[in-house]
Amino acid sequence: MSFSFQAAVAQRDFDVSLALGPTETVAVMGPNGAGKSTLLSTIAGLVWPDSGRAELNGRTLFHLESGIHQWTPPHRRGTALLAQEPLLFPHLTAVDNVAFGPRSAGVPPRKAKEHALQWLAEVEAEVLAGRRPAGLSGGQAQRVAVARALAADPGLLLLDEPMAALDIHSAPLLRRLLKRVLAGRQAIIVTHDVLDALMLADRVVVLENGRIAEDGPTRDVLERPRSPFAAGLAGLNFVTGTLTASGLRTAGGQGIAPNLEIAGHLEGPGESGPAGAAGLPGAAVFPPSAVSVFLADAHGSPRNSFSVEVTELEPHGDQVRVRGGGLAADITPAASAELGLAPGMRAHFVIKSAAVSIYAT
Amino acid sequence: MKLPARQPYTGIPRWVSGLAVLAALVVILPLIAIVARVNWANFIPLVTSESALDALGLSLRTSAASTLLCIVLGVPLALVLARGSFPFQRLLRSLVLLPLVLPPVVGGIALLYTFGRQGLLGGALQVLGIQIAFSTTAVVLAQTFVALPFLVVSLEGALRIGGQKYEAVAATLGAPPGVVFRRVTLPLILPGLASGAVLSFARSLGEFGATLTFAGSLQGVTRTLPLEIYLQRETDPDAAVALSLVLVAVAVAVVALAYGRPGGLQRQGPALWGRSGQRPTTPGTAGGTVR
Repeated sequence: MSFSFQAAVAQRDFDVSLALGPTETVAVMGPNGAGKSTLLSTIAGLVWPDSGRAELNGRTLFHLESGIHQWTPPHRRGTALLAQEPLLFPHLTAVDNVAFGPRSAGVPPRKAKEHALQWLAEVEAEVLAGRRPAGLSGGQAQRVAVARALAADPGLLLLDEPMAALDIHSAPLLRRLLKRVLAGRQAIIVTHDVLDALMLADRVVVLENGRIAEDGPTRDVLERPRSPFAAGLAGLNFVTGTLTASGLRTAGGQGIAPNLEIAGHLEGPGESGPAGAAGLPGAAVFPPSAVSVFLADAHGSPRNSFSVEVTELEPHGDQVRVRGGGLAADITPAASAELGLAPGMRAHFVIKSAAVSIYAT
Repeated sequence: MKLPARQPYTGIPRWVSGLAVLAALVVILPLIAIVARVNWANFIPLVTSESALDALGLSLRTSAASTLLCIVLGVPLALVLARGSFPFQRLLRSLVLLPLVLPPVVGGIALLYTFGRQGLLGGALQVLGIQIAFSTTAVVLAQTFVALPFLVVSLEGALRIGGQKYEAVAATLGAPPGVVFRRVTLPLILPGLASGAVLSFARSLGEFGATLTFAGSLQGVTRTLPLEIYLQRETDPDAAVALSLVLVAVAVAVVALAYGRPGGLQRQGPALWGRSGQRPTTPGTAGGTVR
């Protein structure tokens, strides 16, 4: 009872290999155009890959290689898709929408309806049973859509940014609901929201440019990101370079000068120890709160000081977030006013080495 | 102080409004002229004469049959044109729409050289013992020929705007293509199908040129109401006017059915096709063209 997937779509520069355990929920994240929707469409059978192979609970979804040509049409895959829009059939009532899957599977109408009512109760929407989709709010419609997808008894549930179109009051409600119904199920959820990954997923997969950039337990990915995108999700600064005996030598690029030293905790792989990792490519990761901003280069350890051009200032909670050189620093509004910061100015970002994690990537 | 109720600013120049009134008169005046010319004293006997009833009955029967044929053939055609992908798709779409702009009499001649005794399929049909030209079947065929594009255009627009998102979701819920078509696609395009069918029916009812050329004018067999009106005009203008009024009444009813009714087809459209908007229909002639 598991899912394995490998597929390439040349036209979209997509080549991904992914596997899920029997009750695992994976969050797929990544920038726009990274191939997240292609992944779901290929699994659901709405897009033909050029080559690859996928199996779900022992059934071959597709197997396309030279000489082999197996293809299961979408309706026999058992991969229900829940999209950003609820896409409830407008001519059917909520309960008939939910009964659509069971009816298509050959369940007699009356039984399908009973089944549908149970699922509506499960998503706390039984009072909406007789309503048409036009009379439902966005959050209500999406709840009914969740019930409809689950009523089809999918082996793998595909969720494509299910919270993206909801207002800020409906999203938490649906997130709680999904947390409940996804427990013990195989699901893939595409999301932009790190909260979805934290609450709903056991594992995070970061897609970038049609490839998997990162794959690991949600906590690990957020605590020790290995890609700029994952670091951005976790709200952390991310500087790549080469590991040294005591820190990281920057690789340069993205506004930071090369060959600067960053000191911090070295978190090496267990066997070789931190020192043994010197020379390997690595990353320094630290929160914006660990970065102070000065106008003159007269403070702190010179090793952890970066001269950058300030590109943006924006409010961030009760702090001001200063961006420059690809880094972010959080300072108090008073400090910002005192420094007289404005985009285009040069400033020095000084990083507290105690808050820097350095590890091989 | 109470302000007088005013219209919101429209930005329409006065001369445009003037021309618009003129345009409305071009359409409405002839209708008034017909009503004014009707011999009301003899109206009932005129429209219930044997030949008139024959023509009316034939018109209704053949128009119903051709509308049915349009639906049976037009829905698949529109589906393939809107959703399929095959070579010469654009060319096929243009050709299908040709009868909209073709003079019906040319259509009649084309049909004659397809199904007539000396036509393209004439030999084959004769072997099978089927004689189509100058029969009621020919009337239905001629009407279908001119009315099919109305249905296809209405539906294709509905299908395009709707997109295939609902169909994709239905498939992932386990519905095979046949079920998707029956339970999702058809209900979604129903408003477009209904208005397309009404327009097709109206076009069939008014069909004259192609019918006369391909089916002739035999009372009770191929002489539909427009043909009867044209014939009566020579001998009994009062009868022609009375029957014309009947067709006008039918046309008004058809237009009202397709567009006018509040909460009718027009209103259902946008709700069904989601936020993307407008209901696609041909701004076609409801009463048909007589050439």
